[in-house]
Amino acid sequence: MLRACLRGANATARTNLRGTRPNNLQQCRHYTAGESSGGAAKVVVAGLLTVGGGVGGTIIYAKWDHKFRAAVEKNVPYSDRLLGLAWGPLPQDGRPSVQKQVEVAQPPSMMEKQMKASKSKSEKKAKETTESPAAESAPVPPVQSLEEECTECHHHDDSAAPVAESPVTEPLKERPVEEVSARLAKQDQEEQDVIAAVSVSLEESLASSAKSTLQAIGAQEAALQAVIRHTLKLKEAMEAEAPPQEKSAQWKDLETSLAERNSAVNDAAAALTKANVALDSLKSVIDESKGLKVSAVRPVVLAAEENLHNMVVDLDKAVTKVQTAESEAKIVSQYSELVNEAKLQFQKEVSSLTPEIQANWKSLTGKLSPDDLNALIAHAHRRIDQLNRELAEQRVREQIHIDAALEQQKLEDQKALEKAVSTSLQHVKEEARLEQERKLTELREVMEAEMRTQLRRQAAAHTDHVQDVLKVQEAELRSEADQVLGSKLLEQETRYRQLSQEQLDNFTLDMNSAYARLKGMEEAIDSHVIAEEEARKAHQLWLSVEALSYTLKTADTNAPSVPLEVAAQAVRDNCSDNDFALALSSAFPQESLQRGVYSEASLRARFNSLRSLARRVALIDESHNSLYQYFLSYLQAALLFENKHEAPPTQLSSEDLDPFKLLSYASYCLEHGDLELAAKLVNQLRGEARRVVEDWLTEARLTLETRQVINLLSAYANAVGLGTTQAP
Amino acid sequence: MADEHGRKWDRCFADTVVKTATGLGVGVVFSVLLFKRRTWPVSFGSGLGLGMGYANCQHDFRSPYLIHGHMAKDQQ
Repeated sequence: MLRACLRGANATARTNLRGTRPNNLQQCRHYTAGESSGGAAKVVVAGLLTVGGGVGGTIIYAKWDHKFRAAVEKNVPYSDRLLGLAWGPLPQDGRPSVQKQVEVAQPPSMMEKQMKASKSKSEKKAKETTESPAAESAPVPPVQSLEEECTECHHHDDSAAPVAESPVTEPLKERPVEEVSARLAKQDQEEQDVIAAVSVSLEESLASSAKSTLQAIGAQEAALQAVIRHTLKLKEAMEAEAPPQEKSAQWKDLETSLAERNSAVNDAAAALTKANVALDSLKSVIDESKGLKVSAVRPVVLAAEENLHNMVVDLDKAVTKVQTAESEAKIVSQYSELVNEAKLQFQKEVSSLTPEIQANWKSLTGKLSPDDLNALIAHAHRRIDQLNRELAEQRVREQIHIDAALEQQKLEDQKALEKAVSTSLQHVKEEARLEQERKLTELREVMEAEMRTQLRRQAAAHTDHVQDVLKVQEAELRSEADQVLGSKLLEQETRYRQLSQEQLDNFTLDMNSAYARLKGMEEAIDSHVIAEEEARKAHQLWLSVEALSYTLKTADTNAPSVPLEVAAQAVRDNCSDNDFALALSSAFPQESLQRGVYSEASLRARFNSLRSLARRVALIDESHNSLYQYFLSYLQAALLFENKHEAPPTQLSSEDLDPFKLLSYASYCLEHGDLELAAKLVNQLRGEARRVVEDWLTEARLTLETRQVINLLSAYANAVGLGTTQAP
Repeated sequence: MADEHGRKWDRCFADTVVKTATGLGVGVVFSVLLFKRRTWPVSFGSGLGLGMGYANCQHDFRSPYLIHGHMAKDQQ
C-alpha cells in the first residue's frame, strides 16, 4: 500500500512537474517538492526493498534450516503464523518422517514374507496331516510315493494295521474269572470232543485200513502161494518125465494152477488197490487231524501213523515177494514157452519128415518101420548136426547172449534194487519221521509238564502278591474309616458345644441389654440435668457475647469504640469451663482491649484521604526515592486517571499489582463493605505507598481481628445455645 | 504515618527556604565584602543553599526508618 502511495506520489510529482506551473516559486517548490519527494521516495523505496529482501530471505532460509526457523518463531512475535502460511507447520520430526516411510514400507514386505512362511508351514503341516490319515485310511498316496516292489507288503500292512488297530482301540479289560474258567472249560471240552472225534475217526480208518491191508496181504500171500505153486508145477511139468496121462493131468493141473494164479493175482491187485485206497484215506484223516492243532491228539495220531507205516511196510513186503515170485514165474514161464516152442518145432519137423505120423512122437514106440526109423535116424542125425551147428553158433553167441542176459539181468536187478532201495529208503524215512514225531511228543509232554509247574509257581506267587495287596488295602481302608469316624464324632461334639455356647451367649446378651438399658435410662436422666445446666450457661455466654458485639457499635466516626476489656472479662467469666471460648476470648488483640477499635465507616473515610496520598507516592520505593522521583510520581498522579471504584477479579495477576488499580479495587471493596478484601488488596502495595497506608492497615487489621473473634464467639454461643435447646 | 509525609514536606520546604535564604545572605555578604559586588557569589550562595536544602530533603525522604529527632515542643 505504501508503494502504491509512493507510486501515486511519484506520479503526481511527475505530473506536477510536467503540468502547468503558474508560479516559478511554485515550480521551484514543485521541483524541490518533486526532488525532495523523489529523494524521499528513493529512500523509502530503498528502505522498503531492504526490508522486503530481509523478510523474504528470512522466510526462504527458514524453510531450509529448521533451527533458524524455530529461533525466529521464538523471538519474532507473529512470524510463526507467517512461516506457517508460507511453508506449513514446523515439522517436529522432519527427518524421521522419511525413515518412518521406509519402515512402513518394510513391515508390509516382512509381513508378506511371514505370511508366506506361515503359509508354507501350514501347507507342510497339511501335507503331513493328510499323509498320516491317508496312511491310516487308504494306501494310495504312500504306496504311490514309495517303491512299488513292496506293494503287496503295504497292502498287507495296511490291511493288517486297521485290523490290528480295532482290537487295540477296544479297551482292554480283564475278563472276569468265571468267563475265563468257562472259556477254558469250553476250550477243554472242545478239545476233548475234537480228540474223541479224531480218535474215533482214526480208529475207524485204522480199522478199515488194517482190514483192507490184511486182506491185501492175505491176498498177496495167496497170490504168492499160487504163483509159487504154479511155478513149481510148471517146473515139474517141464522137467519131470511122467506118463502121458499124468502129463495131461499135470498140464491140466498147471492150467488150473495158472488160472488160480491169475485169479489170485487179480484178487491181490484188487485187494492192493483197496488197501491203498484205505491207506490213502487214513493218511488224509491223519493229515486232517494233524491240521487240527490240538496237541493231545498227537500221540493218537502218532500211533495211527506208526500203524499206517507198518501196514504200508508189510504191504510193500508182500508186494515185493509177489513180484519176485512173479519174476521167477516169468522166467520159468519163458523157459516153459521156449521148451514148448522147441517141442512144437521138433514136432513140426518130425511131422514134416514123417507126415503120416500125426500123433505124438512119444506114442510111437513100437509101430514104426525101419524106413521111418532110418528117416528118423537121418532126421535125428541131421537134427544133431543142426543142433551141433546151433550149439556151436549158440556157443559163439553164448557170450553175447550171456552179456545181453547179464545186462538185462543187471538192468532188472538194478530196477529191482532201485525199487527196493527206494521202498526201503521210504520206509527208513518214514521210520525216522515217526521217531522224530515220537521224540517231539515226548519233548512236548516234558515241556508241558514243566510249563505247568512254572504256571503253578506263578499262580502261587500271584496269590501271595494278591494276599499282600489285600492286606495293605484292608489296613488303608480301616484307617480311612477310622478317620471318617473320628471326624464325624468331632463334628458332633463341636456342634453340641456350639449350641450350648450359643444359649449362654444369648442369655448374657439379654442380661447385658437389660442392664445397658437401665444404665441408659439413668444416664439420660443425668444428662437431662446436665443439659439444663449447660443450657443456662450457654444462655449466659450468649448474653455476654451479645454485649461484647454491642460494644463494637459504640465507635463513632473518628473515635474508636470503648475498650473491650470489660465485656471480654464478662465473656471470660461466663465461659470459665470452656477451653475454646476461653482461647477465643483471650485472642483479642491488646489494642482493642485497651483502646477499642475503629468502626468500618471511619476506616472508609480515612481510606479515601489516604488514597490520594498513596497515589502521589506510587513510584517511590527503597531504590527510587530521590526528589526527582518524587516529582515524577507527583506528575504521574496528576496525569493518570483510573476508575474510582473497580471490581477486583477473583485472581490477582501481575498487572493488577499496580498501586492505582489496587487502590481502586480496595475502594470498591470498601464501598461494598468488604473490609477484609480491601485490607488484603491494600496489603499488596509496596514501597512508600505501603508505608503511607501502614497505619490504616494496622487499624483495619485490628478491627478485623476483633470482629472475627466476636463473630466466632457469637457463632459458638449460638451453636451451643442451639445444641442445648431441645426440640419439642 | 500518613501525616508524616506532609510533615516531611513541610520540614523540607522550610529547611530549603531557610538554607537558600541563608546562602543568599552569605553570598551577598561575600559579594559585597570580597568579590566587588559581583552577582556570582549571590547565585552561588543561593544555589549552595538550595542544593543543601535539596540534599537534606532527599536524605530525609530516603531514610524513613531513622527516628527523627523532634524538638520537645513538637511532641507537646
